[in-house]
Amino acid sequence: MRERILAIIEKNSRIELKELAIIMGEPEIEVANELKAMEEEGIICGYHTLIDWEKTNIEKVTALIEVRVTPQRGQGFDNIAERIYKYPEVNSVYLISGGYDLLVTLEGKTLKEVSGFVTDKLSTLETVMSTATHFILKKYKDHGTILKQDETDERMKVTP
Amino acid sequence: MRDPLAKQVVGLAPSGIRKFFDLVAEMPDAISLGVGEPDFDTPWHIRDEGIYSLEKGRTFYTSNSGLMELRKEICNYLKRRVGVEYEPAKEVLITVGGSEAIDLALRAMINPGEGEEVLIPQPSYVSYEPCSILAGAKPVIIELKAENEFRLTAKELEDAITDKTKILVLPFPNNPTGAVMEKSDLEAIAPIIEKHDLFVISDEIYSELTYGREHVSIASLPGMKERTILINGFSKAYAMTGWRLGYACGPARILEQMTKIHQFAIMCAPTTSQYAAVEALKNGDPDVAEMREAYNQRRRYLMHSFKEMGLPCFEPFGAFYVFPSIKHLGMTSEEFATELLKEEQVAVVPGTAFGACGEGFLRISYAYSLENLKIAMERIGRFLEKRKNS
Repeated sequence: MRERILAIIEKNSRIELKELAIIMGEPEIEVANELKAMEEEGIICGYHTLIDWEKTNIEKVTALIEVRVTPQRGQGFDNIAERIYKYPEVNSVYLISGGYDLLVTLEGKTLKEVSGFVTDKLSTLETVMSTATHFILKKYKDHGTILKQDETDERMKVTP
Repeated sequence: MRDPLAKQVVGLAPSGIRKFFDLVAEMPDAISLGVGEPDFDTPWHIRDEGIYSLEKGRTFYTSNSGLMELRKEICNYLKRRVGVEYEPAKEVLITVGGSEAIDLALRAMINPGEGEEVLIPQPSYVSYEPCSILAGAKPVIIELKAENEFRLTAKELEDAITDKTKILVLPFPNNPTGAVMEKSDLEAIAPIIEKHDLFVISDEIYSELTYGREHVSIASLPGMKERTILINGFSKAYAMTGWRLGYACGPARILEQMTKIHQFAIMCAPTTSQYAAVEALKNGDPDVAEMREAYNQRRRYLMHSFKEMGLPCFEPFGAFYVFPSIKHLGMTSEEFATELLKEEQVAVVPGTAFGACGEGFLRISYAYSLENLKIAMERIGRFLEKRKNS
């Protein structure tokens, strides 16, 4: 049941409990209990909104920053990751296999603000060896959703 | 000038859906629940394979029977999914949609003008009757009953058989009712088919779309494979209606004759579609599962909505249609559909489009997003409320 709930709410977190229970064919109370349990266990960590900022008047820049660090004895990467993710402007921090160690995504109002964070905050951390900053120019698809909306129903209205 | 037309063709009743279609066409803003094809796009990896085949210049005819690679994949698939084994070289034919396969099967087996009878359970898809007539057979309708959940019973079959009966069309999972024939239902009719030496055209185009019931092919029952033409295709399972690709499997001596007609009339099914279909069979299972789950969610939603608005409907376990009854409202299916369209701008198909015994029923397709279905159910609920109060 959990997997089925997650598959649905991953795509539509705003679905009402009643409707969720109907389309799953399960009793409402059981679905509610599972949802609550998954929230308490931290499986469901939040309900976010996917926003295409480009369509608003609000200026935003997103950067992906590759960070190479020196792991610390007994701590691995956890300590340095924590020091980075505690900055509120940091969106996500992933430990990555391959050519670098941490992938940090960052949102700021301007290029200057983002580059300021990299030079002042990130690069100056003791264990950070190097950074490479990539600015996102356009988002085509985010969280599994294609941001361009030109879906029309091209089927004939009535067919046998 | 003499009459250029064939009486037989002129005499065919136009599809009952046509009139309604014209009416809906005048109302571009109507929400339609009248479509008989999936709302999903063909999964990208399948489309990509079609594009790739074009880039590679695979733009020629294939063999008449279709690409050997595809026929082999179809045999693997049928063995895996329905437990029937076919020989790709002689027992499989790739056709232009399941529709062509129906036509070919009838034409290959019927002796025109000899009064051979084809049994057609209705309500069902609109092609079986005209195709039987064009093949020179006499169509005999078996009227399926709501109290049997629109399954074909042994008694109904037995009662319809005469010494002229040659073929039984078995359209399950069913369009428009959503009915399925479970193994026990098929086991009940198989001995009758054998006793009267009938052949079966089993149209299993919706086989991948069953909910909580496993699809069973009559060809998998003992003694049935040698008298069954199994018809299936890619339209419904993989959302590939526009690719026009289906297939027929059956005894070599029947398939040989079907291939002959296909060779002269069609040559071969579209090459691009055939390459895409290989990809569908090889790697399409997860897509089918995902679409099946989406349909099932909508099906549950509609059943729930009907219950709330007091519209009687048996629970269908197949295809993507529900077939509620409106008999208690004292209006015909066509009146209901027309008034609903005019008052609430929702298009549903009158059950009578699928045979006279569809009177009193509506076909409602759930090949639509939940958002659309929600709006439509609200409107139908309002429409019914008005009828109750008046």
